[in-house]
Amino acid sequence: MQVSMTINGDPVSADVEPRLLLVHFIRDRAGLTGTNIGCDSSSCGACTIHLGGEAVKSCTVLAVQADDCDITTIEGLADGDTLHPMQQAFHECHALQCGYCTPGMVMAAVSLLDEVPNPTEADVREGLEGNLCRCTGYHNIVRAVLQAAGDQS
Amino acid sequence: MIPVAFDYELATSAEHALSLLAEHGDDAKVLAGGHSLIPLMKYRLATPAVVVDVGRLSDLSYVREDGDHLAIGALTRHRDVEVSDLVVANAALLAEATRNVGDPQVRHRGTIGGALAHGDPASDIPAAVLALRGTLVVQGPSGSREVAVDDFFTGFLETALAPDELLTEVRIPRVPDARWSFQKFNRRAQDWAIVGAAVLVAEGNCGVGLVNMDARPVRAVAVEAAVNSGASAADAAEAAPEGLEPPSDLNASPEYRCHLARVLTRRGLEQASR
Ligand SMILES: Cc1cc2nc3c(=O)[nH]c(=O)nc-3n(C[C@H](O)[C@H](O)[C@H](O)COP(=O)(O)OP(=O)(O)OC[C@H]3O[C@@H](n4cnc5c(N)ncnc54)[C@H](O)[C@@H]3O)c2cc1C
Ligand code: FES
Ligand code: FES
Repeated sequence: MQVSMTINGDPVSADVEPRLLLVHFIRDRAGLTGTNIGCDSSSCGACTIHLGGEAVKSCTVLAVQADDCDITTIEGLADGDTLHPMQQAFHECHALQCGYCTPGMVMAAVSLLDEVPNPTEADVREGLEGNLCRCTGYHNIVRAVLQAAGDQS
Repeated sequence: MIPVAFDYELATSAEHALSLLAEHGDDAKVLAGGHSLIPLMKYRLATPAVVVDVGRLSDLSYVREDGDHLAIGALTRHRDVEVSDLVVANAALLAEATRNVGDPQVRHRGTIGGALAHGDPASDIPAAVLALRGTLVVQGPSGSREVAVDDFFTGFLETALAPDELLTEVRIPRVPDARWSFQKFNRRAQDWAIVGAAVLVAEGNCGVGLVNMDARPVRAVAVEAAVNSGASAADAAEAAPEGLEPPSDLNASPEYRCHLARVLTRRGLEQASR
């Protein structure tokens, strides 16, 4: 099946099998390997991207379900060399250790602030419940999201 | 994990979906949000030959006030139910149960219709719809029929839906003044409930739906009767597991689930009567 979508502002088309997962489309067809696969079973959030502006787990979406849709991945957040405020906050707060969960964590956090612009610490912890960090660096991740929220308001 | 190969059909209207289902019969599976079906297909526990995607039927995504009830389109995503002012004002128990589903990413994709049509006893949504005494609107080749939620769940992952039918709407009686509580016991934040209890007390009438307490989503009928005849929360909750056969798994034995059902039902009743 022919599918076309916009990823980070660029049109991408390919002929795919209906069973192709969106995360594989993004990584293997569009060549955007910033989006990681952790659990491959909808649990860890490493594969989180924005589909139509909302955070979703791309290992649990078929590429054909995203036909004609607008997608943003971690590669689409920065403006040239200027990091997105959430990326900058992660950098400043040491919100990553090995970095494997980070792309998904940042995408989920950006979506969270779209929905809850002035979150409490509890809002952030709950809002990121779909993202696991095996390095367990949650404390600094929460700090980073609260800092980005403060900078934004 | 990659699903077994299948043919994909994108439904452009409810009628189109119904004709695709009629054409492919038992080989076809409806795809809504995909957050139960796609994991099953990835594990190859589900291997449909044809997938009929109803996920783009935006005219089946709505929340409306309709006389004494709310009408919620089957394709309404969990997130849209959770933040709907109408749902919060008229059926707050459903909004709260929905907020307990998975995590934000899951709630951005999963739909209320999918959560009911899946018929999973571990799901939070059926318990709330049972407590609220909802009605499901089902469309099939010969028109539309209404099914009381009590008659909808027929067995483990089995419902009153025929393979050529589509769930189109969920009707929830409006209970703006009801008192309610949603109790979910799990070990980690995003997890499914080990046991859950959806408790509603509306105009002196009690509704209790239980999560993971039988092969199918169930009401705690004995608790409801006890509350309605004036029993205390503690006394009524003792009857929570009556007549039920809870599953056994890594998280809990049936005995432990019975204990949880009593505790969560008591907490729910106490909170709803405050
Ligand atoms: C990581 C994760 C955590 C989760 N945690 C929870 C949780 O804590 N609590 C909870 O309640 N749920 C949880 N869920 C499940 C979630 O609520 C699903 O969204 C829901 O169960 C299914 O809805 P869906 O729209 O995704 O349906 P789909 O997966 O698309 O479909 C599910 C089933 O229903 C059928 N179907 C769907 N829509 C219709 C329709 N309109 N008419 C006829 N048949 C239909 C499909 O054919 C399929 O058999 C979780 C899911 C994931 C991936
Ligand atoms: S890889 Fe998608 S949720 Fe873990
Ligand atoms: S930084 Fe290593 S998994 Fe989160």
